[in-house]
Amino acid sequence: MQNKVLMKGNEAIAEAAIIAGCRHYFGYPITPQTEVAAYMAKKMPKIGGTFLQAESEIAAINMVYGVASAGLRVMTSSSSPGISLKSEGLSYLAGADLPAFVVNVQRGGPGLGGIQPSQSDYFQATKGGGHGDYRMIVLAPASVEEMASLTVKGFELADKYRMTSMILADGTMGQMMEPVDLENLKVSKAPEKPWATTGTKMQRKHNIINSLYLKPEELEKGNIERYERYKIVEENEAMYEEYLMDDAEICVVAFGIAARVSKNAINEARSRGIKVGLIRPITLWPFPKAPFDKAKEHIKTFISTELSMGQMIEDVKLATDCKANYVLCNRVGGMIPSPEEVLEQIIKQNGGNK
Amino acid sequence: MVVFDRPHSLIDVPLHYCPGCTHGIVHRLVAETIDELGIEGKTIGIAPVGCSVMAYDYFNCDMIEAAHGRAPAVATGVKRANPENIVFTYQGDGDLASIGMAETVHAAARNENITVIFINNAIYGMTGGQMAPTSLPGQVTQTSPYGRDTKACGFPIKVCEMLKELDGAEYIERVAVNNVKNVKNAKKAIKKAFENQINNKGFSLIEVISSCPTNWGLTPQNALKWIDEKMIPYYPLGVYKDRSKDKE
Amino acid sequence: MKTTELLFSGFGGQGILFAGKVTAYKGLTENKNVSWLPSYGPEMRGGTASCSVIISDDAVGSPIVSHPDCLIALNLPSLDKYESAVKTGGVIIADSSLIERKVERTDVKVYYIPATKLANENNIPTLANMIAVGQMLKALNEYNEDTVLQALKKVVSAKHSDMLDVNLKAVKIGYEY
Repeated sequence: MQNKVLMKGNEAIAEAAIIAGCRHYFGYPITPQTEVAAYMAKKMPKIGGTFLQAESEIAAINMVYGVASAGLRVMTSSSSPGISLKSEGLSYLAGADLPAFVVNVQRGGPGLGGIQPSQSDYFQATKGGGHGDYRMIVLAPASVEEMASLTVKGFELADKYRMTSMILADGTMGQMMEPVDLENLKVSKAPEKPWATTGTKMQRKHNIINSLYLKPEELEKGNIERYERYKIVEENEAMYEEYLMDDAEICVVAFGIAARVSKNAINEARSRGIKVGLIRPITLWPFPKAPFDKAKEHIKTFISTELSMGQMIEDVKLATDCKANYVLCNRVGGMIPSPEEVLEQIIKQNGGNK
Repeated sequence: MVVFDRPHSLIDVPLHYCPGCTHGIVHRLVAETIDELGIEGKTIGIAPVGCSVMAYDYFNCDMIEAAHGRAPAVATGVKRANPENIVFTYQGDGDLASIGMAETVHAAARNENITVIFINNAIYGMTGGQMAPTSLPGQVTQTSPYGRDTKACGFPIKVCEMLKELDGAEYIERVAVNNVKNVKNAKKAIKKAFENQINNKGFSLIEVISSCPTNWGLTPQNALKWIDEKMIPYYPLGVYKDRSKDKE
Repeated sequence: MKTTELLFSGFGGQGILFAGKVTAYKGLTENKNVSWLPSYGPEMRGGTASCSVIISDDAVGSPIVSHPDCLIALNLPSLDKYESAVKTGGVIIADSSLIERKVERTDVKVYYIPATKLANENNIPTLANMIAVGQMLKALNEYNEDTVLQALKKVVSAKHSDMLDVNLKAVKIGYEY
């Protein structure tokens, strides 16, 4: 543990981004992700990078669009209301097939909502948010270590598939400190980007970064090709953790802080002889299919533990053909379900046997 | 002998602009400038939403199409990523002075080292002639059918007058392209705006008073006259700010 | 396999988060799994501040401490709010110079220490928090001067290395009280 330092999740994201080769950060202040910007403001000038506090979230995401067009690793971070503002840019990034890395440290909504942790931007992140047919790779860390490792992964996947990848964290993940060993983070080299607008040097035809296609057949073709790429992502990039699933009859599904809380409840339930396990999606898009293919053979009840009014539960149902029982165990508005609340639900689904 | 020819940095394709529209002239002035300064190979142009959104098909340099109003933010990203590139935006009045006002003002305030070509024709062209932030008082448009009522819709925004007050901006000039003399001045201004960037001077914005005969409901000739009679009195031409002069 | 859940609470500005951080780093130095989670919000000074610290031989599950093994309460609102949450058999450290009432629970061990008064008397008025940490380590039988010092070195910034000694002094005052 000697290499390990205690770091806030938000700071771990910032440092991991720098390790991943990101030298351009654009942001706008919003709680509870401000530490990312503060860290970048301190670090970037010292390593020849750019930190710029933009005039708005909209400007920030378009600055990201500019750096991504130039073919460099770039990021922005915000929290829920700010991500709504960035959604226009996210759609344009998708339409122009630009790689970018975006962080959403979620807070309660809708509207201005609150500043306490939430997972209620699940739909926004996994189903769109901006207009048009597009996907983002959505990564859901459940520890500070993963805040760092998934940030590196996020940059790599964005480059590999020319997509936006998003860390979907929450206030708890952003604010908590845990030991993290950044020295062992491995980063692959960014691929060549011959499509980038860096100047023709009078040696090639001009490159165009664009999402406008007024001929419907061209626009259709682009969309279909993009979805073929998304299919490859779905087949290859889904990540998840299974915990005590082998003999489980009840399965808790949870990500991020909800998964941490659920593990406590599952351990307590197991000590009482209840056969319960956990599937923790690490990628929310692509939503992992493999563990659910296995689970649907023997799980009677899925308990979706979320800090939302029930968003991921729809994907759990889809992944298991809607054939089991599905129960939502949730708190919203910045409240977090306690291990006791999850345990109570597990016991209830176990026929009330304690 | 000099043969009048198409600038190399302009692609040999028919432009989609309406007959009598002055976008073509401004495109040419920008392209001539790029040629003369020998910067085509390192220039990145950014055209956001508006009539000029498809400028990426016309300029030979690398081009980026941006979201409505966001070109100065995109340009900021491109320039910060590769400061050796020459980055220009080409924006209309709705784009620059309405939806993109914040991006415009802040890029100027930061003295972002970019060149902004601002086409002011007092109307939304691409969407078919709606009231722009620069439409004149009393001007009839699709969305001000009884004439722009300043009580209800406020007054036109004078971009150069506003931006010149910012400490950040390097160079702000308003030109027109409705006669030969004005076109020549416009060329000089545009060239200076690019030279400023090459010399790392910072933010330069050239407002070009342009015509939109189609949506003004005028013949091309009368549209050019309308610029003299209506537009220029409201939007006086000239250098509004030139920090290199301030210092002298 | 042991897990200790700690809850530090007091006014913003009392060094609650700092005390938690030193405690977490001490655990890390001793090769334990640790987590530290602050309450966060608009109150930077004067409001209530609390932080959850977990030190465990196993991986830490939820980082949120709702039923602490040990509550460190540096003001009355903190004791009022969290007294009932402490686990049966748990520990409460209370700054008796700021909290006039006694703990009502009878199923917990209570350690009263006039931390703020001691801090003022020893001319380290900002370090009541670390005096409370010293008392806490004593109550939990976790005092180790070496790992405390190592933890302080991680938390006290290099700029303020002169603060190391006074922090250690404060912890000792609390331990020896």
